[in-house]
Formats: sequence, structure tokens, C-alpha cells
Amino acid sequence: MSATAESVQERRAALKGLGTSRKRVEDARFTQGKGNYVDDIKLPDMLFGDFVRSQHAHARVKSIDTSAAMELPGVIAVLTAKDLEPLNLHWMPTLAGDKQMVLADGKVLFQGQEIAFVIAEDRYIAADAVDLVKVEFEELPVLVDPFKAELPDAPILREDIADEKEGAHGARRHPNHIFTWEQGDKAATESVLSEADVVAEEMVYYHRTHPCPMETCGSVASMDKVNGKLTLWGTFQAPHVVRTVASLLSGIAEHNIRVVSPDIGGGFGNKVGVYPGYVCSIVASIVTGKPVKWVEDRMENLSATAFARDYWMQGKIAATKDGKITGLWCHTTADHGAFDACADPTKYPAGFMSICTGSYDIPTAYLAVDGIYTNKAPGGVAYRCSFRVTEAAYFIERMIEVLAIKLNMDAAELRAKNFIRKDQFPYQSALGWEYDSGDYHTAWEKALESVGYSKLREEQAQRVEDFKAGKTRKLMGIGLCHFTEIVGAGPVKNCDILGMGMFDSCEIRIHPTGSALARLGTISQGQGHATTFAQILATEIGISADDITIEEGDTDTAPYGLGTYGSRSTPVAGAATAMAGRKIRAKAQMIAAYLLEVHDNDIEWEVDRFVVKGAPEKFKTMKEIAYASYNQAIPGVEPGLEAVSYYDPPNMTYPFGAYVCVMDVDVDTGVSDIRQFYALDDCGTRINPMIIEGQVHGGLTEALAIALGQEIAYDELGNIKTGTLMDFFIPTSWETPNYETDFTETPSPHHPIGAKGVGESPNVGGVPAFSNAINDAFRAFGLTHTHMPHDHWRIWKTANELGLHADS
Amino acid sequence: MITGNFEYHQPGSIPEAVALLSKLGDDARVIAGGHSLIPTMKLRLAMPEHLIDLQAVKELKKISVSGGEICIGAMTTQAELIASDELHKAAPIVRETSLQIADPQVRYMGTIGGNVANGDPGNDMPALMQCLNANFTLSGPDGERTVNAREFYEAAYFTARDDLEILTEIRFPTCTGGYAYEKQKRKIGDYATAAAAVLLTKSGDSCESASIALTNLADTPVYCEEASQQLVSNGLGDDSVKSAVASAMGQIDPVDDNRGPAEFKRHAAAIILRKAIQQAWARA
Amino acid sequence: MSKQKINLNVNGQSVTAEAEPRELLIHVLREQLEITGPHIGCETTHCGACTVEMDGMSVKSCTIFAVQAQGKEITTIEGLGDPDKLHVLQEKFKEHHGLQCGFCTPGMITRAHRLLEENPNPTEEDVRFGIAGNLCRCTGYQNIVKSVMAAAEEINNPESAT
Repeated sequence: MSATAESVQERRAALKGLGTSRKRVEDARFTQGKGNYVDDIKLPDMLFGDFVRSQHAHARVKSIDTSAAMELPGVIAVLTAKDLEPLNLHWMPTLAGDKQMVLADGKVLFQGQEIAFVIAEDRYIAADAVDLVKVEFEELPVLVDPFKAELPDAPILREDIADEKEGAHGARRHPNHIFTWEQGDKAATESVLSEADVVAEEMVYYHRTHPCPMETCGSVASMDKVNGKLTLWGTFQAPHVVRTVASLLSGIAEHNIRVVSPDIGGGFGNKVGVYPGYVCSIVASIVTGKPVKWVEDRMENLSATAFARDYWMQGKIAATKDGKITGLWCHTTADHGAFDACADPTKYPAGFMSICTGSYDIPTAYLAVDGIYTNKAPGGVAYRCSFRVTEAAYFIERMIEVLAIKLNMDAAELRAKNFIRKDQFPYQSALGWEYDSGDYHTAWEKALESVGYSKLREEQAQRVEDFKAGKTRKLMGIGLCHFTEIVGAGPVKNCDILGMGMFDSCEIRIHPTGSALARLGTISQGQGHATTFAQILATEIGISADDITIEEGDTDTAPYGLGTYGSRSTPVAGAATAMAGRKIRAKAQMIAAYLLEVHDNDIEWEVDRFVVKGAPEKFKTMKEIAYASYNQAIPGVEPGLEAVSYYDPPNMTYPFGAYVCVMDVDVDTGVSDIRQFYALDDCGTRINPMIIEGQVHGGLTEALAIALGQEIAYDELGNIKTGTLMDFFIPTSWETPNYETDFTETPSPHHPIGAKGVGESPNVGGVPAFSNAINDAFRAFGLTHTHMPHDHWRIWKTANELGLHADS
Repeated sequence: MITGNFEYHQPGSIPEAVALLSKLGDDARVIAGGHSLIPTMKLRLAMPEHLIDLQAVKELKKISVSGGEICIGAMTTQAELIASDELHKAAPIVRETSLQIADPQVRYMGTIGGNVANGDPGNDMPALMQCLNANFTLSGPDGERTVNAREFYEAAYFTARDDLEILTEIRFPTCTGGYAYEKQKRKIGDYATAAAAVLLTKSGDSCESASIALTNLADTPVYCEEASQQLVSNGLGDDSVKSAVASAMGQIDPVDDNRGPAEFKRHAAAIILRKAIQQAWARA
Repeated sequence: MSKQKINLNVNGQSVTAEAEPRELLIHVLREQLEITGPHIGCETTHCGACTVEMDGMSVKSCTIFAVQAQGKEITTIEGLGDPDKLHVLQEKFKEHHGLQCGFCTPGMITRAHRLLEENPNPTEEDVRFGIAGNLCRCTGYQNIVKSVMAAAEEINNPESAT
């Protein structure tokens, strides 16, 4: 290797750019306890707000008596819907085109619903005052089962819109019905099903759960009446959207509102929505003229802000005798709770559920989703996944297993037989998506080889024999999954939230001494944006990542962006960063050419500098160019070195992966034990392998939790049964295994740096892998499908129903 | 989650604590480690007007082993139980059980007295104490008395302790032979789906003595006298263990909850108990 | 209810707070003493985000009334290292990507600190069992365990460590 080449490599390494496992710049403050989360904010004279909530799932509110609470020293005010009504703030629009009560307006529709907002001098007094507010209820019949929503005796939940035949997403056939959303070709699919050699059918339920980040939701609102400015700090995954909503709701001009997302203690979709607490803290600050903090406790978080999933997916999959899939049909009953507050792009009331053809070349498909109101909390957020993608992946990966059973085929072979081939990309799916790139067969073969798949199957067969011979009470399950995600929402032509196109943005300033500041419309909740976006930029503009500060989350300084969720930061804001970097470089090229006294076209970019073609000793580094941009009068070139890019992605990105989970399952106690978990992810270009691996570990652990026990469960009266961390399953270090991670790298052809996003893949692919392992353990004993969560008693019940306890 | 208001008291001796409790009566609660009481108070399911904190009562913090008897002060924490080698030699089942309670932080604060006295059927120590045939010393306005663990529990949160009494110490004989505390739970920090404490002594191939008690399978811990007796009478053969387990299962009355329906718990309890018996026998 | 004077030694400094008996230690630390490293994550003694050290014990400061801590020595994440000389655990968490959103991190490191004080040579199993009172939603624990093991390694073999 030549000396020059070496020095190029050294210079490249010094940038700590793309592909480097750069250590995180965020960690210095977090490891020293110097993060700044919402509850850490303390302002002079700050008041504290707390909610009176409903203990009933469905009831009329006959009266609210706040007098005793108001008499308590230290209580400033108690707000009810009556107080908000003159401001038109007793209801608020949801992200899904519905509206939601901010405070109970005549009735309550779920347990934990907000009824009154107490404002007091501290959180202790507020809690005491909450107890003193007397609410008189008249209980109403409760609807918890979405399949009973349209029966003649079903109670009507949303009396406010009972007569409206049209909702935000088309016709409503019943007052408890929200929408029907259809994709694909119904007639063609039904015809394929009727003529198929084999049709496998199953009801696949993805239960209700909750993102439950370590930090709950909260906000601090501070209305400066002198300057007419409202500042709102909060747990917002999309601060600019919150600013726009706050302006529309409050009537305060948008330029007079500053929304700040400080450090966020995990989001996972929980912090995308707009909650009554945010609205009430704003109103309270306007009313009192003092800053008002609202922070929910964990029980409030689990019972009132943003559940996820709750999809009943009825599936039919058709195939030829030898296992070529010919059609897929799915009807989903979606339990949305009391208000449709799903955080999906406007035109997609069931998110991207239509990615449910998965990794397979399925020529004909049809999907219908019916949204239903029930007496449960609103939400329906994308819990560590792009909108409804984990539901879709779970559905297809279960249906593949069900079909394999029907065909008496190996499930790995069935997958390989139906994968979209590498040469078919870009691939047009039957439900309307254009998959950008993929190489599924290579990933699949690598995965199967890495785990020694055929040996595992031999071991499993032996285990079945041993079990039948009475030598063991533990079965072995091999959980396979090949998922395809759809992330990076999305193209403005079809993706918006409340009318805001889902572009994202980056603004860069290069300082005279050659360091830089970049601001983005996204907000990290642990993903390490300050580290990775600097890496993208370092490679683009030749300034070391260590010399680039990344700022996010303050709407007064950051360019407008749609925020961080749905793995969209890298695909959209990451692209904006690269594009803004390229604008910097384009201007830098003009400056360098001037300094080198050559034509623009006579120089070329090399790592961190422009070099005169054919004269490598003549060059200008980015640092030199930066200085020149501020101190030289260059004809035809404005001073300074700044750029901004608003990036409208031409398409989504389609990360994929191949996962294998091996479990032992004790049929008597229902205890499962994860022996091995192998995760191969292909997220396109890899920005920071260390961070990718960390994201995979975390996403898999959230998947483990969901698959093996985590649920938001209600009893028949609509009482939440899993409202604390005793019953809402979050595994500890003890229940969590070590994971093996692996990768292939198939760049996205349309993304400026080829990156696809990874944060959510392990959850999307992990849930089916864990669930398939449990189901697979019982395949030899006649099980086709059993619902999640696979906690001890449900596994035991499955074994029991299969007669496996007969002689124990 | 904020508790109601209360007045805080920190007596320095048992008589002082007993006198305070007598004076304050029903409005007062005694707080030991507080890791059951404080969460209950935060949910406002308990709103005592006075809290009597026993942390300064030094005589309640002790572990002593002498003359074949172990005496543990009520304020001894689970972490201290685990750390004591002397106790481990004299009754290894105590460490085995303590390690399965909650998590490290809770074990630093949680006390043996609080765990046995509050009558929560989910607590692990009560069944262990029944298995160990422990005696609880109660101090009240009328002086001290002793109640055996097997007679102490009346119903969930109802025990033989009078409201004006404080449980001060726990005594039980040192253990010989085999032991096991087997617990099925959903995760660290959870109460038992089913748990079993077993002590066995062996003489040749026969079982000399046996003691079995179960956790969280009824509204009190369940001491299984008949099952224990069966093992002594019939030995540890498959049929004998099966019938002892069946006998114990006849005594339980689990309820449906998020850990599963009663039917499942019955099944799991039988498996757990059998495992515990086998483990104890292997160690005997 | 009247406030009481509470004397504490926090991170080596004698401090006095005034609190009602019902005020939780975590609130006194965070709101009066402005020690915001320990966080509130669940309030039911499950998550461990509020973990601090009290007289040599790892405790969940959301389940202790401040009056109960009268006269005690409290160490929080803020007391473990300083910007010029981080504690080895802080270094190793950074090096091995043992944190993401950072919310559980102060409690996690504070707990790991006590664990290593009591067991300087832990196995992976010891670490997993020893930090099981601290929940993390981001990392899946794998890199946390790695970080704690690496810290133990460095404490035991300061020369061989990188």
C-alpha cells in the first residue's frame, strides 16, 4: 500500500464517520447523572398538576364537586371540562382524525380517564386535593370485546358522534364502528382461495400491550404573559408537531410558542401522541400565570397514555401442493379503545399493516381492517415499530408456520421457496408497496447455517421421542422468522400527520475554525443521534465527528421536522443530513477552486479535502475552506458556510432480517427457557455497528417481554388488571438471555447513504421468533396456533389441552 | 403516588414502642422495612395517622445461634439473613429462601419481622417459618407471649397478633438433614405462582422427619402436616411422594389472578412441591 | 403536617432538608437538594431508577421516607466520580455501550457499585442476579452486564486492562 493511500485511510479513520463504532457523546452526562429530563426541570414559582381519574370504564358523570379540594391550603385551581369549554379545549383533535376529551365531558369512556385537573403548590398537596374531589357517577354497561361492539344490545360509547355515518376514514356502519380500510384485490384473492390446492386459516391475535418507557410522560408549561410567549417542555417524540397542535388548539400564534424536548427517557411510541396532561398544563399555566408541571405516575402511564397493538387478524393463506403461495387474505378487527388516537400517517388508519405479505412473493392479496370503539384507553401507537408493522410481521410469520403445518413441510424450506428473489427488486407487492432492495435468500441461508438448523431439527425430533418415552418433560421449540419492515415515513405525496408532510430536515453551520453545528427536526430518546448524525456528516463534509455538535428538540432553533418514531430518523433525517452536507460540499468546492486558482471541475473530493486532479500536492482541506468562507471576498459566492435540507424521501426503506430462537418449554410448569437467539439484521448501510448491536439487544428484549407475558389486560367491567410493574411484565437482567447478532448489508438504492434504519427491526422480527418457538415446541403434538402472550399459565394450558398432562 | 399525612415516631426500645402503640392504637402502624407498607400507603389503601418506625430499636436486629436454637430479631433484613454464615450453617434453607425474595434493593430493607407479621399470603417467610416450626414472640401492653407460626395465620392480612402487639423475635430449632425452597415466579421481584418449603431428615433409607409448607396457594401459608407425616411413614418412594403431594394439594385453595387460574396453580404447585421434596431428599 | 429537619450526609457533604414525614427520600433528593441523577420510574419499588446507596446498602429511594434516612450517609450517582475522573463503572458503561436513553443509568451504576463493593469478582450470573432490581427498557442488559464485568476486571487487574 502506498504512503498516500495510507494517509487517506488515516484521515478517513480520524473522521470517525460512517461504519465506525464511535463511542457515544451523550454518555458523559448520562453516566454522571447530569441528563436533563422533564421532571428535572425546576422553575421559580412552579405549580404542580395532577388528575382526578375515573375508576369506571363507562359511566355518566353526574356531578363534580371541587369545593373541598379548593379549600385545601396550597390548591390554586381545579379545572373541569366546564372550565375548558369556553376556550374550546375540553376536546382535542387526535392524530387519527378523531377527537378526544381532554377532561370528561358528561361521561367517561375508560378506566383512568381524566376528569379534573388539580393545580397546587406541590405534588403532595395536589395528590391530597385529588382525593377531595367528589365525582358522582352513573354506571353504564361496559363494552370490552370488540366482537360484541355491533350487537343489538351493545352500549353506544361515543354519543357525541353516534349519528355520524362518515368518519375521518370513510363510512361508519355502526356508532361503535370507526372505519373500514381495504387494500388489494378482494375478488381476485377470494377466487385464488376458492381454487387453491391448499388453504390454511387462522385467527392470529396480537394482544394489547404498552411501550412503557422507563420515564413516563410529562410536561412543564410556562406562559410568559409579559411577552405573550408560551414555552412547553415535554416528553415529545415530535416537538414541532406538538407546537403546531398547541398553536391550533390554544390560538397562540405559532411563533410565540417554543416547544422543547429535553432528554427523553425512552419513547418506543409512547411519546408520539398529544395527551390531556400536556393540554392541561398549558391551560393551567395560562390561567395561573405560573409554570405548571405535570408528570404522570406509572399506573397512569400504563392505564391512560398510548397502548399498542390489540389486533385480531383473521387470515387465510393459499398455496399449491408443493408450497408455492398463491394468495393471502386478512381481515383485522382493531380494538382502538374509546377514542381513535392512533399515531399513523393520516391516509393510513391501520398504518402500514398492508406490509403483511412480508418477505414473500405473493401475487394476490387482500386486507381489510375494521376499527372499533371499546371502553379501553385510547392509543394504538407504534411500540418500537413502524405503524402496525409488527402486527403485520407477526401475522404473516404465524401464517407461514400455519401453512407449513398444513402442508407438512419444514417452515424454513417453505419460506425459502416463497421469498422475493434478489433479482425481483425493486419489487411491487400485491398490496401496493415498492420494496426498495433485499437479498433474503442470502440472509436466510447464513442464518440457518450459523445456528446449525438441520442439527437443531434432529435434536428436536429426538426430544419428541424422549418426551413420548417419558424421559423428559421439556419440549424444544425452534422459532423462525424472516421479516421485512417498512420504515422511514415517508414520501410527502402520501404521508402526513395532521396535514404536515412527513419530510425531515437538517440545518448545518460550519464555524470559521472548521467545526460544525447541525440541527435536526428529530429527537433522540436513547438512539444516540448526537453520535450517529455527526458520523453521517463527518463522512459527507470531511470534518471529524468529534468536531460536530448535533442539536435536536428545540423548536426555536431546530428546523421543522416530524420527529422520531417509526425508525424514520435515519431514513429521513439521516438523508436530510447527508443532503445538507452535500450542499456544504458543493459550496466548499467553489471556494476551494477559487483558493487553488483552478476551475471547479478541476478539483475532486478526497475524504476531508478538495484536491487538484492530477496534482495531489495541491489541495484545500475543509478546515481551510471553512476559514476562507468567512474571511475572503470570493466573487459570486456569499460569505459563510451553511446549508439546510428538507428531505422528502422518494420511497420508504425496507430493512429485513432473519432470526432464529431456540427454546426449551416445560410442559408442566409452563416455564420457557431461551437457549439461543440468533439475529441477523440487514439495515442497509451501517452507520455505527456498536449502536446497531445495542438497538438489536434492546428491541429483542422488548419483543421477549411482549411475546412471553407483557399485556394490558382488562376484566369484563373494563378494570385494568396489569396496571403496575408487578403485573405488567418487563423482564429483568435475570430473565433476559445473551443474543448473537449478525448482519448482511444491502443498501437502499434511493437513500443518499443507503441506510435503512434498524431500531425497530428486532421488535418486529423478535416477537414472531419467540412466539413461533413456543408454537413450534408443540407442533409434533398437533398444535397449529396458540395466542400470545406465552406466559407460564398459557403455555401450561396449551399443553393441557393437547393432553400432555394425562399421566403427570 | 403520594401517601397521606402521618406523624412519625422512632422509639428506641421495645417497651417504648409498645407503649407508643398502646397510646396511639388503631391510628398507628408499625413500620419495619416498609417495603410492603409504603407502597400500600402510596396507593392510599392504608392511611395511618402515625407511623412507629422500629429502626432505632437495636435489640430487634440480631441473629444468634445457641443450644440448638436460632433466634432472629424482627428487624433483621433479608440481606443480613443471607450474609450470615452462622445462620447458613444452622439453617441453610433461610438463605435459600431469602435469595428468592424480591430483588437486592428490597432485600437490604425488607425484614424478617415485616415479612412474617403482615400476613400477606404472597410473602415467602411465613411458609418457611411454618416449615421450621418457628415461634414468634409478640410484645404487647400485657407483656410477652409466644405464638407458633403454624397457628399464627388466620386469613390474608389477619394473624394472631393483636393490633397493639409488636412481633419482636423469631425462634426456631437449628436444622439438620435436607432442605429446599422451590419457587415458581414470573420474574425477579414477583410473588410466587407456587412455592414450597421442605425439610427432611434421613436415617438410612427411611425418612426420619419431614416438614412441608406452601406459599401463596391459599389466603394463608399452608402447613402440610399430613403430607409430612406420610413421608415419614411411607418413605420417599414414588408412590409415597405422589400421595404426600396429593395430600398437600388437598389443603390448598389458590385463587385466579394474573399468574394464572387456580387449576394451573394446583398443577404447578404439585410439580414444585415434588421438586422440593426430591431436592431436600437429595441433600438429606 | 409540620416539617421536620432532616440531616443527611449526601455524597460526602452534610446537608439539612426540611420535609413532612411523608416526603419520600427521592423527592427530597431531587427537589430540595437538586440531586436529579436518581429518577422516578415506577413508584412501586420495581424499577430501581431511584436507587441510591444508604449506609452501605443499595436502596430504592422511592420507598423510604426522608425522615427514615435521618443521619444516614447517602451516595448517589453524583457522588461516584467527577468530570475529571470518572468512576471506572462510568467509564466502562461508556466504553461498552451500557446505556441508551440514560434514564435507568444512574440507578444501575449506583447498584453495580455496591455489587462490586460486596463481590469484586462476580460471575456473569452474579451480575445478572445482582442488578435484577433495576429495569432497563433500552439495552436488553447484555452490554450493561458486559460493562459491569469489565469494571470488575479493571478494578482487579488495573494494569492488564485497556
